[in-house]
Amino acid sequence: MTQLSRRQVLLASGAVLIVSAAEAADSQSVRGQPASSARRWGLLIDTAKCAADCTICVDACKAEMGLTGHDRPLTDAQYVRKVNVKDPASGHTHSLPVMCQHCAKPPCVDVCPTGASMKRADGIVLVDRHICIGCRYCMMACPYKARSFAHEAQTGQQPHLPRGKGTVEGCTLCVHRVDEGRPPACVEACAAKAKGAMLFGDLKDSSSDIARRVAREATSRIRADLGLDPAVRYQGI
Amino acid sequence: MLARLLLGLLMMASATAALAAEPLALPKAKGGTTCVEAPAVMRRDHPDMLKHQRDETMRLGIRGAKASLKECVACHSTAAADGAPRRVDDPGQFCQSCHAYVAVKPDCFECHAAVPGQKTAGGAP
Ligand code: SF4
Ligand code: SF4
Repeated sequence: MTQLSRRQVLLASGAVLIVSAAEAADSQSVRGQPASSARRWGLLIDTAKCAADCTICVDACKAEMGLTGHDRPLTDAQYVRKVNVKDPASGHTHSLPVMCQHCAKPPCVDVCPTGASMKRADGIVLVDRHICIGCRYCMMACPYKARSFAHEAQTGQQPHLPRGKGTVEGCTLCVHRVDEGRPPACVEACAAKAKGAMLFGDLKDSSSDIARRVAREATSRIRADLGLDPAVRYQGI
Repeated sequence: MLARLLLGLLMMASATAALAAEPLALPKAKGGTTCVEAPAVMRRDHPDMLKHQRDETMRLGIRGAKASLKECVACHSTAAADGAPRRVDDPGQFCQSCHAYVAVKPDCFECHAAVPGQKTAGGAP
């Protein structure tokens, strides 16, 4: 029988400690600690499970974020929308939810004159409404039409999502939930009330469901040709 | 001349006395709660505390800090007779009373919720 050296035993126990620490910190942000660039939050959306007439994710988003409209679909705030597409050659149709793609190289951040449009260390792209001047350059720059502008004075805000007149807003990937270790509201609602077409997780954690599927299965990104490296991936398109 | 000066001093003194005798009638915070700092510190420093924290939380993602506007609202909003929460920036309410007195308009509640969040089945508000 081989004798384990003292050093090997120490190394092995150290590995166990590291694994358990990583597991504990896996889902939730650590209180008092900043978001970490060791993570990249992302979504994998299976369009085969997404019905054209289903708006459960859109409705869940509006409820979660306290988005109230003025019956003006062109300008009312929307963080996620359903896009129905058809292949003109085959006639094949599919439907996909499109929200901020939380690009790794976000043009909305590049063009912002104030630094309000920003990317957190963990890849979540946000608007710091404290310093947004409402110029809407970012809305012009975003190829995914992901941002909205609050044209009117707002009421009925949720405590976790301040929003007000004259500033730009968009999908936050439910950062308030993510920091508590909970999935985004759209993902939760789709799993509970529809077919569970959306998977949320850490793309940089090779043991997460999303990273494993992205490594194993064919996935695509909308307008991948632009090279913005979005954190939202799709299957079936 | 001297008499006028004395009169002026007397009026100033009585005005100060009147102020001291009539502190602002602020609605009480929720029972059983303790503020994160002593009242004197809060009165002077709460704008700096909140402004410092907003950047740390919003831009760096630091959660669970001592200063939190959400917690201010949670403790300092009161309920109307029908149980509906009142906005902390309504006249006579906690934030507005002081800010009206010193003639400063707080912008916070153009964007931030001025009433506490309702607990949902999903967890924290
Ligand atoms: S999808 Fe648009 S708003 Fe979101 S990060 Fe990319 S460019 Fe910015
Ligand atoms: S609207 Fe706001 S976030 Fe967008 S580019 Fe202008 S200042 Fe930046």
